[in-house]
Amino acid sequence: MSVPFVFALAGAALFVIAFYGVFMHAHLLRKIMALNFMGSGVFLVIGGLARRTSGVLADPVPQALVITGIVVAVAATAFLIVLMLQVQTVTGRPELPSSDQD
Amino acid sequence: MAHILLPAGLLPFALGLAAAVLDLPERSVGLKPLVEAKAAASGVENLVTAVLLNFRGYDTLLEVAVLSLAIVGIWSVAVMPRRRAGAPDPVLAYLVRILAPFMILLGAWLLWAGSYGAGGAFQAGAVFAAALVLVLLAGGRMGAADRGWPARTALMAGLLVFAAVGAATMAGGRFLEFPTRSAGGLILLIEAAAAVSIGFILASAFRGGRPAGTPQ
Repeated sequence: MSVPFVFALAGAALFVIAFYGVFMHAHLLRKIMALNFMGSGVFLVIGGLARRTSGVLADPVPQALVITGIVVAVAATAFLIVLMLQVQTVTGRPELPSSDQD
Repeated sequence: MAHILLPAGLLPFALGLAAAVLDLPERSVGLKPLVEAKAAASGVENLVTAVLLNFRGYDTLLEVAVLSLAIVGIWSVAVMPRRRAGAPDPVLAYLVRILAPFMILLGAWLLWAGSYGAGGAFQAGAVFAAALVLVLLAGGRMGAADRGWPARTALMAGLLVFAAVGAATMAGGRFLEFPTRSAGGLILLIEAAAAVSIGFILASAFRGGRPAGTPQ
């Protein structure tokens, strides 16, 4: 198994582990971080597979897609964190209200 | 119960994902030959910058729009939290006073280096944002300049310049189709405005909301 596929499989594993984390954590900040890790997993897969070219340079189009993706993930994470702080201000706890409290 | 069900359901998904990834061919030229063929006409030497700013420039325009939308959303939802009272750490303040100008210089160099190597607008914008955040952490304040039009213009300048250049290119060709002679200059103009905007947007996002006293 060559180096690009090691990166791609690591990215896939990170995606699945973070997917589990999004649902299993109650604290909103941990959910947000798990979402971020899912994004990082996807970027690893795309970036790793871009290295399958023969020659020194990797395929530039997936690299550009990943750069765009990272910026969009940062913007979304910033907005999510502000929303989380608003949830804490309104409900007092940084967690979504659970159904057995209603 | 969910502790068992969710991993049990995710395991076949993970195996399927691994199989799909391993199924791909060992070597793949991808789109590199196409990019290399047209790189001379793109206005920059770095292949990734050519793809980002020229061949797939529309994606980058929408990316800057997403950043601008995020700061609009943050400003709509929250007000900037009150500053903590007390003097900032003097060691941090001294260090930042030395480091921040160098970081801005580094960001400007990264912006220029994007033409021929790794670098470009987003990398420079990230370094600018880091410099601004360090200044904020060391106690820097903007006072009344927060609410004025210069601050808001700085936030939106990247998107406006990018869209304006795209509209201007419609005069001779299609939207965002740079003429080969001026492609390099147009790309640098777009990248400069975008880098400044990205730095201010990320630093404003760090502050966590619109300045107090701004009408909603």
